[in-house]
Amino acid sequence: MTPQAFRLPEGGRVSRDEPVGFVFDGVRYQGYRGDTLASALLANGVHMTGTSIKLGRPRGIFSAGVEEPNAVVQIEAPFPEPMLPATTVELFDGLVASGLPGQGRLSADPDPARYDAVHAHCDVLVVGAGPAGLAAAAAAARSGARVVLADDQPELGGSLLGTREVLDGCPAAEWAAEVGRALEAAPEVRVLRRTTVFGYYDDNHLVAVERRTNHLGPLAPAHLSRERVWRIRARRVVLATGAHERSLAFADNDRPAVMLAGSARAYVNRYGAVPGRRAVVFTTNDSAYAAALDLAAAGVEIAAVADTRPERGEWARRAEQAGIEVLTGHAVVGTEGERRIASVTVAPLDGGSPSGAPREVAADLLLVSGGWNPVVHLFSQAGGRLWYDAELGSFVPDSCRQAVDVAGSARGVFHLSGCLADGAAAGRRATEAEGFAVEEPLALPRAAEEPRSPALPVFVVPGPDGAGSATHFVDLQRDVTVADLARATGAGMSSVEHLKRYTTAGTANDQGKTSGVLTSGAIAHLLGVDVGALGTTTYRAPYAPVSFAALAGRDRGVLHDPVRVTALHDRHVALGALFENVGQWKRPWYYPREGEDMAAAVLRECRAAREGVALMDASTLGKIEVRGPDSGIFLDLLYTNMMSTLKVGMIRYGVMCRADGMVFDDGTVIRLAQDRFLMTTTTGNAAAVLDWMEEWLQTEWPHLRVHCTSVTEQWATVALVGPRSREVLGSLAPELAVDNDAFPFMAWRDTAVAGIGARVCRISFSGELAYEINVLPWDAPALWDALLGAGGRLGITPYGTETMHVLRAEKGYPIIGQDTDGTVTPQDLGMGWAVSKKKPDFIGKRSHSRPDTARPDRKHLVGLLPDDPAVLLPEGAHLIDSEVLPAPPVPMLGHVTSSYRSAALGRTFALALVRGGRDRIGERLYAPVGDHVVPVTVASPVLHDPEGTRRDG
Amino acid sequence: MLLIPCPWCGPRDEAEFHYGGQAHVPYPEDPAALTDEEWARYLFFRDNPKGPHPERWSHADGCRRWFNAVRDTSSNEILAVYRAGEPRPVIA
Ligand SMILES: [Zn+2]
Repeated sequence: MTPQAFRLPEGGRVSRDEPVGFVFDGVRYQGYRGDTLASALLANGVHMTGTSIKLGRPRGIFSAGVEEPNAVVQIEAPFPEPMLPATTVELFDGLVASGLPGQGRLSADPDPARYDAVHAHCDVLVVGAGPAGLAAAAAAARSGARVVLADDQPELGGSLLGTREVLDGCPAAEWAAEVGRALEAAPEVRVLRRTTVFGYYDDNHLVAVERRTNHLGPLAPAHLSRERVWRIRARRVVLATGAHERSLAFADNDRPAVMLAGSARAYVNRYGAVPGRRAVVFTTNDSAYAAALDLAAAGVEIAAVADTRPERGEWARRAEQAGIEVLTGHAVVGTEGERRIASVTVAPLDGGSPSGAPREVAADLLLVSGGWNPVVHLFSQAGGRLWYDAELGSFVPDSCRQAVDVAGSARGVFHLSGCLADGAAAGRRATEAEGFAVEEPLALPRAAEEPRSPALPVFVVPGPDGAGSATHFVDLQRDVTVADLARATGAGMSSVEHLKRYTTAGTANDQGKTSGVLTSGAIAHLLGVDVGALGTTTYRAPYAPVSFAALAGRDRGVLHDPVRVTALHDRHVALGALFENVGQWKRPWYYPREGEDMAAAVLRECRAAREGVALMDASTLGKIEVRGPDSGIFLDLLYTNMMSTLKVGMIRYGVMCRADGMVFDDGTVIRLAQDRFLMTTTTGNAAAVLDWMEEWLQTEWPHLRVHCTSVTEQWATVALVGPRSREVLGSLAPELAVDNDAFPFMAWRDTAVAGIGARVCRISFSGELAYEINVLPWDAPALWDALLGAGGRLGITPYGTETMHVLRAEKGYPIIGQDTDGTVTPQDLGMGWAVSKKKPDFIGKRSHSRPDTARPDRKHLVGLLPDDPAVLLPEGAHLIDSEVLPAPPVPMLGHVTSSYRSAALGRTFALALVRGGRDRIGERLYAPVGDHVVPVTVASPVLHDPEGTRRDG
Repeated sequence: MLLIPCPWCGPRDEAEFHYGGQAHVPYPEDPAALTDEEWARYLFFRDNPKGPHPERWSHADGCRRWFNAVRDTSSNEILAVYRAGEPRPVIA
């Protein structure tokens, strides 16, 4: 075929001096800059773009915009992108695409493009830059209000780009361009092109995506974001979102070259491409006549216009004057043609049904117009209600609680002069409502007054004898037919929401833009009810598909979540540590030496801590300073045990519960002064604990004179652990009396360590003699180096979180969040000793005497010793009391919460929550693992040094 | 995204706030004096109205203060905000 054989020699908004090469379904074609992929294909005579998802029927380009149900393509190059309507893909040199039956393919390679987001605030947001939107924005801008105008096309003008309408004697598109220039020049106006507003949320928060460089293809500059998400908070919104034309349900209404009439008009006028040589037009309303006349003017032979209306209106007379045959009271009842329409069959209508002799008309194009659906998606998302305008045959906006106005064809005003006036009025109302004075009203250009006669909405053209509707398609993208709907109504369904889910009508990625109202109309036809009473399905965001990459924006990779590292991070990296994520923190997990696997490294690190000296970075523990005269009272309410009696210079371990009595966090509290405490929290829970404290202080106990401050990052902490830790500390802290009497367990001292001001706490999370040395973060590397130096001859060994876990588990110290899950009380953990009997109240106390919390057979924390000392139980394994797995339901006794290899015990061991566990010590239980059962013996959770002889060295 | 008027900071995006459930459910004066059922009611039972609902909110990523708001649960409209400890305002 001749290249671009269907391109008009002139006219349209494409640049004929900028040819563009592209490939579709493996064939090389040429188009022009300004084309969409769809218009370029049509210019080359290509209608069919693929086959349908369910039935495999040939399908072609149906519309000229975002509503497209058929021509969904996979972009192959420059970067793969699935499921884009060809009608929205701007053509560029090097574009490679292919038709898609159904789902597309994501790239296996990471997307190299950048994406970002902008927050914007304005007085008036106008959505849509057709005649109504432009008039609204221009009217609003005159007042000095901050205006954002967003439109999804590369050029402003909306429908004016696709018609030959005239304003003040000039082409209407010129007026649009002029208004656009004036808006761009206004200081308080922002014009966003290629920007689709896809979500309308509470309090006038709207979200849009701007396609910034997609249209440049391989030439897109890498430093620019490809797409940008706009989060716009607007005081007032004017929706000028236009209308989508809809089809009708008649036999074989899905073949390639069946096209919406207004879209064909746009292809001719905007793109200079004729979608066929000989067309039949099928309409229920006036608008298709303008399309027919524009196509005829472009040289397309209009074989006939079939108009469902019996009367011959003014538009019909105009068509006849142009030599077009108009068949009033007629409908299309069928089509022929494989990869493209070859002929169209028309028949007279009688009482809504075909009657009389059908007539076959040869044609390669069928234009249809079943009426226009105002684009009410955003209005509906905003919470706006709709009503059914029977004359228009569509749903139009009613009221909305949000500050939103709808203008132009989006509210059913379909003539140009009306749209202009409607938009200008909406723009003025919006600014006046926000207190902006407008001097004189916007002067609007004059549009020709076109004749108007009422539409006759028809949704279904019944087949012969009212039977057979298996090719009467309502949803082209989901292959849903009137017959499918009839099956659903036949099964007793009568709600559109039920029918949608049963038939999948409207659930494809076009979200039923062209099919939704048609589906409602067809259901109403089947049920013999009023469309208005039936209603529509719910419109939900996004209005059009949005890529996850755009939504993610810059929050990808390392920017996905903040990464927190301690002051010693570089030291850990230099020592070859592997890291574990704990909340947002990177913590050293273990420090493998050459040839060591994790198990070997952890056994070595454990041995060092138990037999010599080891050190760990404990800086990530949450730290909260609590100050004020009532701090003791507050901590007594917060913790299960007594904190107010703690002496200055001493430390106490504490547990805190939720009001339901379940353990929430644990840590240590040190008393710095009479009115000043420093508490630690688990690493991952620091923010939640501070929030918890603030909540009680502000909402329940505002009379307490207490202030809480996070100081997690104000202190770096090194744990110095092991029987020889005292030697190391002593050698570095000459001013500190390190003997056990002068510096007992659970005491703290301020002193200099290696010449660095430090607070040393005698705390042990391993059961060994241990010190936690706190310094200012910038002193931490020097402290770390000094400790490594001083302990070098003793084989001082850095250890990570895995060794920390093994050491604490050998001592039965639970990790909140690992050995507990929000259903575990301190008593369940065997920590009744940490729950005060003396205090009149603390958070959770009352719950500990609830019948369920006081049950003797609750799950207790116990130790488990596998019979085979080499078997490592998987954490999460369930426990049962029979050697053979019984038939379901299997009675579960509990589960493994922690499981390790122990150097000190010379075997594996685990911690578990077991029903009535403390009364089962010595009993044999079984853990089903895979297809076998592991026998274990229940033991005390404290497996190492149960007498606690090691903590004083 | 609601626009929530913090009584201390003014209107801010919902994402800055933390929701704290029904307001005016005070911690009992003397929990020990309550029956199990009364205590369970405090712990586990909350209203779930369609319409105005007094709620606790915390401006977690802002001033970090707790306050109360009356929100219409059917429209998401915030009808009033007031500081913690103040009585629920009468809404016409
Ligand atoms: Zn605030």
